[in-house]
Amino acid sequence: MTYRMTVSPDFSPDFIAGWYIFNTWLQNQLSEAIHLELFDSFDDQRKEIQEDKIDLIFANPYDASTLIRDKGFIAVAAPSGKADEAVICVGTDSDISCVEDLKENCNVSMADDPEVNTIGMIMLEPADLNKGNVNISELSNYVMVAKSLINQQSDVGFFLKESYDNMSKFIKSQIRPIIASEISVITHSFLVGPQLINRVDDIRKLLNDMHNLEKGPGVLASLGFEHWVNQEQEDAEFMIDLMDTLIT
Amino acid sequence: MTDIQLNYHDGTSDNRNVIDEEVPFPEGKLIVSRTDAKGVITHCNQAFVDISAFSESEIIGKPHHLLRHPDMPAAAFKDLWETIESKSKWNGYVKNLRKDGKYYWVYAVVVPNIRKGKVVGYASVRRKPSRTKIDECTELYKTMLAQENEQ
Repeated sequence: MTYRMTVSPDFSPDFIAGWYIFNTWLQNQLSEAIHLELFDSFDDQRKEIQEDKIDLIFANPYDASTLIRDKGFIAVAAPSGKADEAVICVGTDSDISCVEDLKENCNVSMADDPEVNTIGMIMLEPADLNKGNVNISELSNYVMVAKSLINQQSDVGFFLKESYDNMSKFIKSQIRPIIASEISVITHSFLVGPQLINRVDDIRKLLNDMHNLEKGPGVLASLGFEHWVNQEQEDAEFMIDLMDTLIT
Repeated sequence: MTDIQLNYHDGTSDNRNVIDEEVPFPEGKLIVSRTDAKGVITHCNQAFVDISAFSESEIIGKPHHLLRHPDMPAAAFKDLWETIESKSKWNGYVKNLRKDGKYYWVYAVVVPNIRKGKVVGYASVRRKPSRTKIDECTELYKTMLAQENEQ
């Protein structure tokens, strides 16, 4: 049997090759056939999840909720030092210096990243702004969000902090962060589906020892982090509870 | 500075200093804590420690009313407990009391931690409220408190 693995579509394009390398490494370690399927959109991936076609997933906290509570997935690990944070930026020449400078009907650009967009909207709340009183443009990626700020089509833009950090110097010279989240507790997780339930302990041990195993550090470097940290089911459940508090 | 005796719903009381000075909510942060099913704090993050001015060891094991400000009406907390005990999510604006007697406002959301159908505790996340909402609630809570004191 060939199992299917996927990755939340909000990962940085810089790490596409890394996920293929990781997939090969995992197949060798587990002696199981695993096909890596990457999706361009959250909708396409969620359709596959709903149809029970995914067995392993590096999931964002939003999808982790459905996967764990509705689909019986088990959390085994999270990347070390890679909490999901959001940054709100304006164009360099903007008059806006803090969130409270923003007014109703301002133009907000964002990518199709529900978690970042939720955190971003929370950071606009101190200015009495919400989805109902701002003009939202959902763009295809974070470079387009930056462009909308540079072209003055938007007043503010939301970025995944990792994506903002990885932007070119040229783009970063034309946008300016006004606030960054420091939430720390929200992170992507590696989840194992019901079809592989008998290999959960093996996968947990493998990932948590990965940085000590042959070729492990190199594979981890290609994913952009140094090691996995163990994530028990209760850790993931609590994170889902926290996400629930943010959706209000 | 005013020295006030605070009486809690569980029958305990405490003498606390109250200073009319607001401390701003930390930018970009969320204040996170977790309690057991009885409301005793079992976990808090660094933002909670920083804003409350208590040390972590002074927070863990204490009931959540450690932060209760005398300007908060009892009805707000009654509503909170009735809501979360019925396994629903509660949200509202809360004025909290720091260890040093100063205060800070939060927009709080509390959810029950439900495991296998049973409430095993509660998670509370606080975020920065708008000044408009703080002003509205300051007036509202004054009225509610006055009504409670008349009863």
